[in-house]
Amino acid sequence: MSRQRPAGLQKALNVLGPFIGLALVIALFALIPEVQGRFLRFANFKSVATQSVIVALGALGMTFIIVSGGIDLSAASNIALSSVITAYAINAGAAPLVAVLLGVLTGGLVGLANGALVTRLRLIPFIVTLGMMGIARGAAKWIAGNQKIDAPMTWANEFMARSPRPSWLLLAPGVWIVILLAVAMAVVLRYTVFGRHVFAIGSNESAARLCGIRTSRVKILVYSVAGLFCGLSGVMEFSRLTVGDPTVAVGLELDIIAAVVIGGGSLNGGEGSILGTMVGVMIMSFLRNGCTMMGWPNYIQEIIIGAIIVIAVTLDRLRHRGE
Amino acid sequence: MSREPAAPPVLRMAGVSKSFGATRALDGVTFELGRGEVHALIGENGAGKSTMMKILSGAIPPDAGRMEIDGRPYAPAGPADGLRGGISMIYQELTLAPHLTVEENIMLGREVHAAGWLDRKAMKRRVREALELVRHPEISPDVRVRKLSVGAKQVVEIVRALLNRARIVVMDEPTSALSQEDSQRLFEIIGKLKGQDVSVIYISHFLEEAQRVADSYTVLRDGRGVGSGRMEGTLLEDLIQLMVGQKFTRFFPKVEHAVGEVILSLDGLKGARMTSPVSLTLSRGEILGIAGLIGSGRTEMLRTLFGLDEAEGGSVVVSGFEMAGAKPWASISRGLGLLSEDRQGEGLALGRSVADNMTMSDFTPYRRHGFLRPGRQRRAVVEWIGKMKIKTKGPTQKVGDLSGGNQQKVALARLLHQKAAILLLDEPTRGIDVVSKAQIYEWIGELAREGKAVMFVSSYLPELLGICDRIAVFHRGGLVESRPTPEWDAPGLMAAATVGRAHPDHPMSQRIAE
Ligand SMILES: Nc1ncnc2c1ncn2[C@@H]1O[C@H](COP(=O)(O)OP(=O)(O)OP(=O)(O)O)[C@@H](O)[C@H]1O
Ligand SMILES: [Mg+2]
Repeated sequence: MSRQRPAGLQKALNVLGPFIGLALVIALFALIPEVQGRFLRFANFKSVATQSVIVALGALGMTFIIVSGGIDLSAASNIALSSVITAYAINAGAAPLVAVLLGVLTGGLVGLANGALVTRLRLIPFIVTLGMMGIARGAAKWIAGNQKIDAPMTWANEFMARSPRPSWLLLAPGVWIVILLAVAMAVVLRYTVFGRHVFAIGSNESAARLCGIRTSRVKILVYSVAGLFCGLSGVMEFSRLTVGDPTVAVGLELDIIAAVVIGGGSLNGGEGSILGTMVGVMIMSFLRNGCTMMGWPNYIQEIIIGAIIVIAVTLDRLRHRGE
Repeated sequence: MSREPAAPPVLRMAGVSKSFGATRALDGVTFELGRGEVHALIGENGAGKSTMMKILSGAIPPDAGRMEIDGRPYAPAGPADGLRGGISMIYQELTLAPHLTVEENIMLGREVHAAGWLDRKAMKRRVREALELVRHPEISPDVRVRKLSVGAKQVVEIVRALLNRARIVVMDEPTSALSQEDSQRLFEIIGKLKGQDVSVIYISHFLEEAQRVADSYTVLRDGRGVGSGRMEGTLLEDLIQLMVGQKFTRFFPKVEHAVGEVILSLDGLKGARMTSPVSLTLSRGEILGIAGLIGSGRTEMLRTLFGLDEAEGGSVVVSGFEMAGAKPWASISRGLGLLSEDRQGEGLALGRSVADNMTMSDFTPYRRHGFLRPGRQRRAVVEWIGKMKIKTKGPTQKVGDLSGGNQQKVALARLLHQKAAILLLDEPTRGIDVVSKAQIYEWIGELAREGKAVMFVSSYLPELLGICDRIAVFHRGGLVESRPTPEWDAPGLMAAATVGRAHPDHPMSQRIAE
């Protein structure tokens, strides 16, 4: 233990770690003269935040799943399905509130199915959710008749509004929802018995079982909660597009997983935090935003984000080495 | 001490059977445990002890049989039911969550909470109290378990079982990774539990230990109960005879061997995790014992020497070649072989077959043009299984499904198979039954006779004194002393290991000084 860093510094590094990456990304674009002016504006930050809502909601649930040692490849399909259901309900004349609840519930049911299959069939989550990815996407297309569902404008379309209606809100309602839920989930993960059991299962599932934890029940709950978040994310997707599009968010599950991993989540389970995940989401959004402003083509963005994932996880490993 | 025989048993197991595929692990076992009784469960590796206790705790379901607690039928659907029934278990293989802290591990499944909200303060207080009770206040409740040594992990595991306010505590090999002091404390705690009318089932291959702590015993052989009775008046020989089915006396078989030229020399070797540099030599045909408390730097020295931990200075010369800072593959190619103390964590690939585990470090005999020749591999492995008397269905069985002691034998067989010229053995007999231990001593002796060099780290002093040519003692991360075995005795070794030098008043030291 000769090369240990002082405890205070180590602690500071652990807490600030993810923020350093975010600060670097923001600083990078803030220093480039061509975009400086536009990038550093409040309006820009606001739109970045709004653009992050969909991934952020998915990532909240994904954090729980990844901490528990699982993975959810069906997240993006689930988002698409939920957005289609919401649009369908509104189109069919349901009250917006009912439609929104239906959308969220749809996501929850898909998650519940994931959890039940993982625990009952004892299949690894990768396989189960890979299957669900196809099933949910197919179901979305089927329900939508393989096209977009138009729906009349209601208040359900204001979650993602560029300028929120009561202007004192400053940020879109969707952003506030994300912030509130992130705080709530961070508390759940750290300060409740449930959260602790999620970590235990991800760290050593058989030990958790031997300690009397009903691991199946916890896992079903984890996948269901994650499903509800995908459902809400789907509602936001509908709100943004004002239509139910079954082909939306293809491949978005990888962005969601990347956000969790950039934020310190370990795909082996037992590690991860809500704060880290949220910072991971912001890092990806700011990068996209900055690259777009620079006028860099899409493929450059893809390369940069790919590299960032590897760099972020490497740095995270270094940060934990002292432990 | 002894209770009235009339008192009804706390636990009764009758006709309990369990098969894993074709392996009959338990075959109609009957078992009775009295209130406040310490009951030793004894048997060879693979006799079915752990299986029986896992059935009791609810970790696995039995195929047949009945269990009763306090006369009421007991059929746990899972470990949660076992815990609720008042059964607490220290499993043979460590069952801690590495990412969680000490406190989180100890309180796992029994968190103090109000409507789901954790009361961390209360939990930390309880954990701290419990750690003080076992006299380990230096283990912080906030440290992550993966940072602890094997010994400290075992302490955490014990504390977890004790905090449970159980009526039956099962201890499956609790002392195999404990220091003598800690074992002593555990015996005190067992005494206290007895005083509180808690019953203890105690499994150990240290039969002297079992004899000392237990009131009664049950012996298992091949999944069957072959005898039980009161410990008082029972001789060690009788227990062993029950275990193996025949008389057994050769505990430390002597194999004549001659010490040859130096093959390995360490000169001021310093590793990242060693506190002081170590200088040592090891010769062909020599068995060098390494004594010391758990955490005294013995394992670090082996790992640094083998190349698993980074060397920060000094030299390692193996048959004339400078090897300091070499990677493990290079060490292996120079004839070094290491048996890890942590067989589950890094010693074995638990999900792979016995054959793959045994031959992993040397596939050359079974390879042609880069292709594996499974037939040959299989034949060689079958031979080793026979030689080492490994209880397994065959070369293709998953190592993780073997009993603890048999896993250890597979790990050891790998070194023998790899034909290492210098064997670095870290606690090679941990969890191994008396007869197999004697078998291993004999192999080690034969290896020495063939001119191989053996470094033998052990916390079990009788075996060091029984088979080594020379014993070196470690203390607080450094080498204290190295002397020929005849100049040591058990108290002298203990003194050197705990105080850091042979006690000056000790008769041994005086004799040497003369
Ligand atoms: N999960 C499993 N799958 C297949 N076989 C198993 C499994 N668990 C145990 N066995 C087999 O059951 C038998 C009894 O094993 P058990 O672990 O109960 O022995 P043990 O008496 O505890 O031995 P040891 O002293 O080595 O720990 C062994 O032959 C073992 O290979
Ligand atoms: Mg066992």
